[in-house]
Amino acid sequence: MTNVLVCIKRVPDSSEAVTLTPDGRAVDGRYSGYTMSPHEECAIEIAASVAGATGGTVTVLTLGTDEAEEQLRYALSVGAKDAILIEGDPDDFGPRDVADAIAEAIRTREADGTPVDLVLVGNDAADTGDFQVGIRLAHLLGRPVCAGIKQVEVDGDVAVMTGDGPEGTEVYEVALPAVATILEGGVEPRYPSITGRMKARKAPVARVTPSGSPRGTGRVVLTVPAPPPSEVTVLGTGAAAAPAVVAMLKELGVTR
Amino acid sequence: MTLVLVEIEAGQVNLVSEEAVTFARSLGPELGEPLHALVLGPVDDAVQADCARLGVDVVYRATNPELERYAAAAWASALDQATTVSGATVIVASGSPRGTEVLAHLAARRDVPMAANVVSVTSAKPLHVSRQVVGGAALEEMDLSGPLGLFSVAGHAVEAVAADSPGDAVVTDIEADLTPDDLRAQLTRISVRESVDTGTLTKARVVVAGGRGAGSSEGFGDVEALAARLGGAVGASRVVTSLGWRPHHEQVGQTGSRITPDLYIACGISGAIQHWAGCASSKTILAINTDADAPMMTKADYAVVGDMHEVLPAILEELDKA
Repeated sequence: MTNVLVCIKRVPDSSEAVTLTPDGRAVDGRYSGYTMSPHEECAIEIAASVAGATGGTVTVLTLGTDEAEEQLRYALSVGAKDAILIEGDPDDFGPRDVADAIAEAIRTREADGTPVDLVLVGNDAADTGDFQVGIRLAHLLGRPVCAGIKQVEVDGDVAVMTGDGPEGTEVYEVALPAVATILEGGVEPRYPSITGRMKARKAPVARVTPSGSPRGTGRVVLTVPAPPPSEVTVLGTGAAAAPAVVAMLKELGVTR
Repeated sequence: MTLVLVEIEAGQVNLVSEEAVTFARSLGPELGEPLHALVLGPVDDAVQADCARLGVDVVYRATNPELERYAAAAWASALDQATTVSGATVIVASGSPRGTEVLAHLAARRDVPMAANVVSVTSAKPLHVSRQVVGGAALEEMDLSGPLGLFSVAGHAVEAVAADSPGDAVVTDIEADLTPDDLRAQLTRISVRESVDTGTLTKARVVVAGGRGAGSSEGFGDVEALAARLGGAVGASRVVTSLGWRPHHEQVGQTGSRITPDLYIACGISGAIQHWAGCASSKTILAINTDADAPMMTKADYAVVGDMHEVLPAILEELDKA
């Protein structure tokens, strides 16, 4: 029975142009909307399949404001059974602070009698791209961690984690309890069903407050670099462009 | 002074690590000199010569045999020890998965901040860096001042160049005192089956990729044919892998592979920010799209306005003529 905790983050949808707040301290998501990273959608899917195979549970956790409940409810609609909202403004919390707050929430949960066997986080947040929260969390909890993992299976007390390495697919066999940072691509996240959505509306969201005050992100300012002026050379239209394309390929020396 | 984590590939210092060393060297007398390096892997004459060429003064060789099978926490322990021995105040790694992972473990061990994907140092004292966030769509200036500044260098933030005068590259052994905890997440085995597939995309000189414009998995026939004809690899946008038209390991983008070919040919790909994050470091980009105003078409070096299913066969035919 593996109890899995998945840590997610509400981030501005950045598939279109990125807009900053007037003070340049944050990305303004008011018009683009909010989402979670594909890494985290895959983490939820992995958690659901591990819990399903072992008769365990999936809990979803985020650090954020009331609005982040939207992402928690989504996770509840695709396999999580309960949710934890750590109340705080993510712009005040650097990666060290986030790891501290999650570790505290896990310790509290375990002290209350619910073990957390496997913690999954995204490999990197889609907005701040820090690439470190999962590893810091593992150190705080004194647990092993594998990064860049695409698939997880649990066999007794051992998690078998696979990911892509420089020489091929890598397999790590790690004793539970453990942490993994998840990369998109190894599993297909499910879509919420109607019954899933109904359940998600009623599922409990526990609220906790971190005990310490955050040390901060170190952010001074954000800028969106102006796109360089287009210097594209149009080689032509349709099939008629082929000779110009091949001449360009020859110039680059990539034809064989 | 600066300590750089250097990764090895096929017995040589790999390109991203050469870039990281070049970046560290560019910090100059105020931060970057002398330049020390810990080699993540075996050190032989070729690796030592690479380090010397790049201007490294001291090369740390980790001798603990337990390090042969990769474990990020164990390498972080070696890096921690090299940090102490060298007296470095700045620790630099490449932005590769390994470089980032080991650096994050060191950051956790020392409980110090770490900046990922740095593109420039905006102030040496106090140390401020500029780094890529939101998949490269924005830059963050970050305060990294403190006793120890840790950062990874974004791919192609600088071009790897040899030092004006080579370093001494004096090899110094580091025992790397490991605890059982450092080895709890050690690589168990490598299944080489997919290595050809996963490795080719990031190493290919030419990548030919298709997007929604391919229309279906069958629509990749010409993409495959052109990739084969140019000795390159096939890539795909996220839409394509999500729809199951192509396998996930071919995905180019923020959450897929970040590629660095000499030539990237993007066929029927609109070029959303997340895709651009994965292909922006290509030397030359040719975009083929029916929409002349698509971001991919305006950001590319070369563009052909048209349906990839008409343009690609014509290019293949023209290549056969030549």
